[in-house]
Amino acid sequence: MAGQMDALGQFRLLPGLGPLGRAIDFTNSNEAMLASAAIIVILFALGLRSRALVPGRLQALVELLYEFVRAMCVDTIGEEGLRFFPLVFTIFSFILLGNLIGLFPYFFAFTSHIAVTLTLALFVFLFTTGVGFYTHGVRYLKFFVPPGVPGWLLPLLVPIEIISYFARPVSLSVRLFANMTAGHVMWEVFAGFMLLLTAGFGIFGAIASIIPLGLNVALVALELLVAVLQAYVFAILTCLYLHDAVHMH
Amino acid sequence: MDPQSTALLARDIGAGLATIGVAGAGVGIGNLFGSFVSAVGRNPAARDNMFRDVLLGFALTEAVALYALVIALIILFA
Repeated sequence: MAGQMDALGQFRLLPGLGPLGRAIDFTNSNEAMLASAAIIVILFALGLRSRALVPGRLQALVELLYEFVRAMCVDTIGEEGLRFFPLVFTIFSFILLGNLIGLFPYFFAFTSHIAVTLTLALFVFLFTTGVGFYTHGVRYLKFFVPPGVPGWLLPLLVPIEIISYFARPVSLSVRLFANMTAGHVMWEVFAGFMLLLTAGFGIFGAIASIIPLGLNVALVALELLVAVLQAYVFAILTCLYLHDAVHMH
Repeated sequence: MDPQSTALLARDIGAGLATIGVAGAGVGIGNLFGSFVSAVGRNPAARDNMFRDVLLGFALTEAVALYALVIALIILFA
């Protein structure tokens, strides 16, 4: 163990795809994004090739994903939600695959970069605001005036509503970014404990480092849960914002 | 002590203080699952329906703890 633990070094952007990638600033993060998009497309192309009435394993997986997101859309937004189903499904599958790819050693979790998640969240924010104004016109501004509130409270409540509305992209992006970063940093820290123990106590330290190793194994299970959960949370919050935009409360 | 190392010391103390926020998320997650257990005790049939919302609440609560972590990281590295 030389010097300090470099827990954040794993998120460093490196040039990908050789000299060509270096020329156009193509990084390992972009590689992971392309890979996750490609995996989804290939999965669906392969899964829906046969279109059997009794689905095989791959087709069952694809149908499961499809029906899961579809139910989420319809339950949260209502029947109109089907219009937004392609968007929600794209966001969900992209983030899900990105999180899952990042769990493998030597792969890059692009959702652990605030730039990526903030872009996604800003897109969702601008899109839902656009949908709100498209559906309701200027009356969408009434969204900031909670119904059934006495008039003298409004000067206090309207600014709060406006602030909480504009906090949406921040909380949406930081939640995903922080979850993924924290998980990967925890792995690195516990792996660093193993090195520290071995360097400090020799053979006894090496035997004792089975404890951080076991913790790391348990963390893999937790991170698997978190990876799926955060994709789900991102998608369902997108649905909730769309519901607000379509129905206004 | 020279000002440089005092500043480093203060930075580390600040990062440590920032992690206190995690306590709130601990209370929140405990509250969430405690309520879930007692709710399942009253109505075991509704378990699967409730568990979806519990997972969502868990993710939202856990995120609050991670905001504290982000602040600690910003203090340490930015």
